[in-house]
Amino acid sequence: MNKSVFLGALTVAGLAAGVAGAATVDDVKARGKLNCGVTTGLVGFAAPDANGEWTGFDVGVCRAVAAAVLGDPTAVEFVPTTGKTRFTALASGEIDLLARNTTWTFSRDVDLKFTFVGVNYYDGQGFMIPKELGVSSAKELDGATVCIQTGTTTELNLADYFRVNNMSYEPVPIETNAEAQQQFLAGACDVYTTDASGLAATRATFENPGDYVVLPEIVSKEPLGPLVRHGDDEWGDIARWTLNALIAAEEYGVTSANADELAASPTDNPEINRLLGTEGELGAMLGLEADWALNAIKAGGNYGELFEKTIGENTPIGLARGLNAQYKDGGLLYSPPFR
Amino acid sequence: MTTLTDPPAESFKLSMLVYDTRYRSYTFQILALIGVLLLFGWLTLNTLRNLADLGKVISFDFLGAPAGYDINQRLIEYDNQDTHLRAAFVGLLNTLLVAFLGCITATVVGVVVGVLRLSGNWLVARLMTVYVEMFRNVPVLMWIILAMAIMIESLPAPSAFRGDDPEATMKLFDSVAFTNRGVYVPEPLFSRGLGDLSIGGAFDISLDLIAIVLLLIGSIWVSRRIGRNADAVQESTGLRPRTWPKQLAVIVLPTVILLVVLGFHLGYPELKGFNFQGGTHMRNSLIALWLALSLYTAAFIAEIVRAGILAISKGQTEAASALGLRSNRIMSLVILPQALRVIIPPLISQYLNLTKNSSLAIAVGYMDITGTLMGITLNQTGRELETVLLGMLIYLLISLAISAVMNVYNNSVKLVER
Amino acid sequence: MSNTHADTVLFVRDTMLPQQVPPSSTVGPVGWARQNLFSGWLNTVLTVLSFLFVVFLLYRLVPWFVSPTWDGTSLSNCREILDGHEGACWGVIRDRWQQLLFGFYPSDLYWRPVLTLVLLFVAIAPVLFADYVPSKLLYFSVAFPFVMVWLLWGGTIWMPIMAAAGFGIGYGVFQAVSKVLNAGIALFFGVVIAVAWWVVLAAPVANGIASVLPLAIEPVQSREFGGFMLSITIGVTAIGCSLPIGIVLALGRRSDLPLVKFLCVGFIEFIRGVPLITLLFVASTLLNIFLPPGTNFDIILRVMIMVTLFASAYMAEVIRGGLAALPKGQYEAADALGLDYWKAQRLIIMPQALKISIPGIVSTFIGVFKDTTLVSIISMFDPLGLSNAIRADTDWNGIYWELFIFIGAVFFIFCFSMSRYSMYLERKLQTGHH
Repeated sequence: MNKSVFLGALTVAGLAAGVAGAATVDDVKARGKLNCGVTTGLVGFAAPDANGEWTGFDVGVCRAVAAAVLGDPTAVEFVPTTGKTRFTALASGEIDLLARNTTWTFSRDVDLKFTFVGVNYYDGQGFMIPKELGVSSAKELDGATVCIQTGTTTELNLADYFRVNNMSYEPVPIETNAEAQQQFLAGACDVYTTDASGLAATRATFENPGDYVVLPEIVSKEPLGPLVRHGDDEWGDIARWTLNALIAAEEYGVTSANADELAASPTDNPEINRLLGTEGELGAMLGLEADWALNAIKAGGNYGELFEKTIGENTPIGLARGLNAQYKDGGLLYSPPFR
Repeated sequence: MTTLTDPPAESFKLSMLVYDTRYRSYTFQILALIGVLLLFGWLTLNTLRNLADLGKVISFDFLGAPAGYDINQRLIEYDNQDTHLRAAFVGLLNTLLVAFLGCITATVVGVVVGVLRLSGNWLVARLMTVYVEMFRNVPVLMWIILAMAIMIESLPAPSAFRGDDPEATMKLFDSVAFTNRGVYVPEPLFSRGLGDLSIGGAFDISLDLIAIVLLLIGSIWVSRRIGRNADAVQESTGLRPRTWPKQLAVIVLPTVILLVVLGFHLGYPELKGFNFQGGTHMRNSLIALWLALSLYTAAFIAEIVRAGILAISKGQTEAASALGLRSNRIMSLVILPQALRVIIPPLISQYLNLTKNSSLAIAVGYMDITGTLMGITLNQTGRELETVLLGMLIYLLISLAISAVMNVYNNSVKLVER
Repeated sequence: MSNTHADTVLFVRDTMLPQQVPPSSTVGPVGWARQNLFSGWLNTVLTVLSFLFVVFLLYRLVPWFVSPTWDGTSLSNCREILDGHEGACWGVIRDRWQQLLFGFYPSDLYWRPVLTLVLLFVAIAPVLFADYVPSKLLYFSVAFPFVMVWLLWGGTIWMPIMAAAGFGIGYGVFQAVSKVLNAGIALFFGVVIAVAWWVVLAAPVANGIASVLPLAIEPVQSREFGGFMLSITIGVTAIGCSLPIGIVLALGRRSDLPLVKFLCVGFIEFIRGVPLITLLFVASTLLNIFLPPGTNFDIILRVMIMVTLFASAYMAEVIRGGLAALPKGQYEAADALGLDYWKAQRLIIMPQALKISIPGIVSTFIGVFKDTTLVSIISMFDPLGLSNAIRADTDWNGIYWELFIFIGAVFFIFCFSMSRYSMYLERKLQTGHH
């Protein structure tokens, strides 16, 4: 399948010799880089800094997968995508993995032919509104002007919610979070609706966050997760178990700080040993090195570390773990056993 | 290709296909055709193979499925349970609306600026130059975003109208509200309306509107007849009777009577709940797009108008002033009508550009055809191929229609040469 | 009559009056102002209104612009510095100007795009300022596209050299065949052989030589391009590549062969009839579907292809205008000399037509350059796209005007100087016509 394409001599050097073959993992290894689709910029989840370094929660997933496959968390090409281009980019093989706060839905999984490898953030659609309007429930929003980000499931949820509750509203579709924020702050819309995490992240950057409230209603389930193409189960497994490794690492107390130590001297917890590759052949089963999970964890820390570093309570965004806590702590994170 | 008027002579040689000018053109054309067909065949084959790999089939069935999303500005009835096709149609109407408004404003502003750039007033001419250069040399997308940002930031939110001592008040005798959600103006209402005419159950057209338009057309026809009669009288007697009172009466009186019969009144916008209710709501996305597109295009039109005016020889101006015409009359009666011939062809392409640039509506959330069909519908259904191709086809048809109409007009004003 | 009249008048001046200085109200600044600003009530009103408008704008904008926030490290830091006053937060420009200019291009390699830009000016000098530079420089102009590709994308030098060699081989074949056969056929053969060279042989040969004699600079992925560098790269590439396509289309549109004409008109009108944004949607969502399974260009390359197609339709119209403006005598003279179609085009028609078309080509370039901002809609980091990304950084969340003003100003400087140049050229060409 390796086909080199020339479209004029001028473009020769710019050609990416990428090939969407059957075995994505081989392509990634051959290329030495993981092509990872992210958003064009969402506070806390993915944004480039002044040096062009991408940081954020979704970016952490990309880096973990790159570390697992290639042993190098920096071997990632970040491909910014919009709501419109993300699925095409993945389907056409331009990216190997899409980690762009994408909601896992039936039609995306089945009709658009993608495989969601898990959930890295359990979210739900919420509403934010200025305190001065005196609204305490989404049921009181009849007639309001609502800012929505287009190209997401948000606008469908919104339409459903207002229809079911027999209320009217004026939608203001907006392309990016930054514009939504501008309109909302200026009062061009009464309500801003998007995933609750996005609301919290946006609110955190306001000059006076206290003047705005997030309403208690969460009107949808938004399990956000990374996804890959249908039909390449090996690659899907790698992405899925890398995510699981991050979650399991938190559960077993493996952090980026102590991972090397734990890997050097096998512990008496066989699950940790298998995870870190000191026992069993899990890496080989995936077609990776034995220390794949160790690398993934060292890339940005385990799930909890990643969360705390990018969107957690000590960051400006200040999200609580909520549903995204380990199952032991009352959350929904539950990694299948490494065995 | 079978209509060879000159049948091959008995000594036809294969090399004649290349060397004989009679056949060479056919050879080349057939080669070109084969090449193009091969290219298209190759593209189609690739597409089919790729779609098969993705497990998709080309199908326009999704157009009949419920859209599921709402559109704020709709010129026809639409709700989120209507089909994607209807959503696309709502978008198409929005595209046409902003293109129409934009073309008119751009022409007016462009002509005024183009004339003022040649004005003897130094300050005004410089200001107009600054305007033209600023708008021409910065991307239109930036102007659209800026116009939107200015609207949002500089106008008061509806909440500012609230309370006993509001920060903002409605303008023009409490009839118009300028807010950063758009402008609310009074809407015409009919208390004894005739109802709606339903076309095929899909679209409703107000019978009141039809009645008024028909009446106006009739009145204008009658008023023109009066004018023509006056012309005839003038030609036979040399004296022109006063016609304007009659013409005015013919146009105004029946309309007023019809409006009274229909129970015409204005519905004023009023602050209720979160928003102003009643009245016509011109959304800020529409206004921003409209303003930015017309100002941007007007800068180009101004240059076209200026060039057109400069193309008219100075003798025309001098001849006109020798006839004793004042300078504004020279402009409107002598210069502009002649300049029009130079102006119209490039003007057509500016109209086309404006219409095409209206697809940038997506940047301010104006729901045009790009925002509905090639935007949300594409996102929700994942049918890139069908939606994008359909969208391109629609734009192509709009463009062709505009050039056709304008070319007809151009031919009608063109100088008839011997 | 006149005699008697002369006798009856009391005084007849028989010397000229000495010339007097004009009244002070018609000369100097006052006279100038009267003439240019206050000649009549309408002009006076216009002047006063314009003056008030300018003063109002300056009064509102200057305090905002003059804001001591150059060292601000984040928006909240700016707010602290401003301490409640209204003002711009210029810190974001200090922090991110390199990103706005170069995108994510490695900062130690910034010299490469800068050098490319300088070389670009050297390369177009023989075209734009033909009177002032030696025409030998044209050889460099021909080589520049390959130099540009090598400098911007890096990697081995042999790849662009081999790509250039393809043109050489194609030309050689054309020359050889045209001695035996018709020029059109020769052109066809030349193209086929050149394409065959690029597709089959160029890469292995380049790799072969590179393994023996590695001459390479650090490769840069096109994904790392961004900001104004991306806009300029897309614009220059599109204009450069669209020039030959545009010439072919323009000739095709004027061709006597109805089918060729139909195809060219169809292509040109189709491209000109749809908005660029839809073509960019094709680049971002459909182009991969149209190409053979398994091929995968990165998005920048796809966008370049679509923008090139877009520009070539407009270019074709510009060149068609140039062809139409050429006096008919030139065509007839070429025929009279016994030149065939291709020779006539190459030696007589095209050099003149292209020269007349340069102002049009420059304005097409300005248009394409401005239109590159549209790529921000399909998630590429041109300056506008970057401004969104910068706002997604927690430090700068909430910044609008500063970035827009910076981007707008840079665009203005580029486009304004180019449009001035094209006006200068137009004037020069006009006088040259007599």
